[in-house]
Amino acid sequence: MKKIFVLLLMTAFSGVSVFSGSVGAKTFIQVKGSDTEVNVVQRLAENYMKKDANVSIAITGGGSGVGIAAIINKTTDLANSSRPMKDSEIVKAKDNGVNPVGVAFAVDGLSVIANPKNTLKSLTIDQIGQIFRGEVANWKQVGGPDSPITLYGRQPNSGTFVFFREAVVKGDYSNKMNQMNGNAQILEAVKKDAGGIGYVGIGYVVDDAGKVMAGIKVMDVAKDSRSKPTSPLLLENIMSGAYPLTRPLYQYFDGNQRAKVEAFIKYELSPEGMAIIKKDGFYTLTDQWKKYNAQFGF
Amino acid sequence: MPNSVSNGTVLEMPGMTRSWRQFQDRSIRRFFQFNGLLSILILLGIFIILFKDGFPALQELGIGSFISLIWNPTSYVKETYGMGAMIFSTLMVTFGALLIAVPVGLGCAAYLSEVAPNWVREILKPVIEILAGIPSVVLGFLGIVVVGPWIARVFHLPNGLNALNGAVLLAVMSLPTIISISEDAISSVPRAYKEASLALGASRWQTLMRVVVPSALSGIIASVMLGMGRAIGETMTVLMATGNAQSLPHHFLDAVRTMTATIAIELGEVPFGSEHYHGLFVIGFVLFVMTFLVNLVADIVLAKYQEVER
Repeated sequence: MKKIFVLLLMTAFSGVSVFSGSVGAKTFIQVKGSDTEVNVVQRLAENYMKKDANVSIAITGGGSGVGIAAIINKTTDLANSSRPMKDSEIVKAKDNGVNPVGVAFAVDGLSVIANPKNTLKSLTIDQIGQIFRGEVANWKQVGGPDSPITLYGRQPNSGTFVFFREAVVKGDYSNKMNQMNGNAQILEAVKKDAGGIGYVGIGYVVDDAGKVMAGIKVMDVAKDSRSKPTSPLLLENIMSGAYPLTRPLYQYFDGNQRAKVEAFIKYELSPEGMAIIKKDGFYTLTDQWKKYNAQFGF
Repeated sequence: MPNSVSNGTVLEMPGMTRSWRQFQDRSIRRFFQFNGLLSILILLGIFIILFKDGFPALQELGIGSFISLIWNPTSYVKETYGMGAMIFSTLMVTFGALLIAVPVGLGCAAYLSEVAPNWVREILKPVIEILAGIPSVVLGFLGIVVVGPWIARVFHLPNGLNALNGAVLLAVMSLPTIISISEDAISSVPRAYKEASLALGASRWQTLMRVVVPSALSGIIASVMLGMGRAIGETMTVLMATGNAQSLPHHFLDAVRTMTATIAIELGEVPFGSEHYHGLFVIGFVLFVMTFLVNLVADIVLAKYQEVER
């Protein structure tokens, strides 16, 4: 009985997906990838679909790695990625007849978060690296309270996992790090854990009004022991690049299929799209990234 | 000419029906035979695919590199393909689940078949079957929001995402299997056994423990093995609830990353055809062999006890 039920369910679901795949005249855009970007792109898409009823956009997360794998395998139209594509991935895409083009549409101040019970206010990149490599196991070793550190990070399919490893850890993450399923899970864990530390996109730590969510604290981060710690919550720190974990958020598409996604990307980069990006807590593009996009005609 | 033809057909009609019936009979038999063989073919196919896709990794990396503790093929420093920690984690969560589910499940089964009044059984049995239908994602979610915080509070831990959490959830998942199959086994023990035992002056408890349960043992063991098979291969629940740390766990309150979770996390983004890709198939192959062995043992035990009964 149970098996029959499961089978019925499966056929029902496959029926649904077949149906949605074959919506006649509508343009159907599939977006996959970064968990950091999934919420903001969802918002952008909802607003875009209100303007253009002929476009239907479906967004799923899974991590930047999943999005990039999908663009290589031609199973998505747009790949959200919080890290640039690796050379090896670009080669694979070209082998598959895909010409990947990456546009930056927003800027993230990747935030290092801790529990408000933790009295420590700032950390240097070096210290964060030591913490996530597992070399420092107690907060008092970096000037905090006497309490063991619990590490919350992402899984290897996450672009944030990769970016943070390149920019901060510069080695392997500690084996003791809890590999969480997404930004939201890290946030929830750190809220409950007085000794916890994690990293999430800025869009996850601020609410619509631009205030830091209750139950977490955003650490100020310094480039090294000589420079001043800066907060990712202040626009000027992002714009000037003073906040060391500033990074662009990308969207990759196949250059051969540009027509399908061009209008949507242009919308994201329009003042209206920028307003939504700001509302979601991320930052809009700096001149440097506008210049970068210009080479692709955006 | 038309006449002779029509005559011929009329004459051959009975013969035609017979051969038609034979044909029907045979094709239906073939159809069932095919269905029977199909499951064997699928099993073989899975075995071959797993082995074929895993083999390149064994060839390039050597079996030795899989016999170490830590799995980290995307390492920043040096790739490692050790399966030790994850096999241990998988076994730990599975046996933890059985430690919880077997006593509870058997108690429940014994209660249902021997003690419970009819109306209680009528309500409990379908409810237990519904428990089996809860999607694993939902259980994983409960692990994060209910079981996790509870474990953290009881054991004074920073978080409740650990092997114990996974074991509790997998116990819940394997309970329906254990209860319904062992309940069937217990209630199919011949009445005469029980009556003989009671007539000899044994109490109900003695009858249950010394006569009924031993007679139903084959079914009970099968139920436990099937429950174990369910637990060992479960992915979503453990992925969400166990914290997924790659180190070798020392006790049930450590975060663990099981074999299934590793495959689920990494297969989505792994470059097709790389050593890492083939390495994941090696994990799948080992997992397959493990569940295969569990089922094989279950079958052998079942056959042994059935012989004894006869």
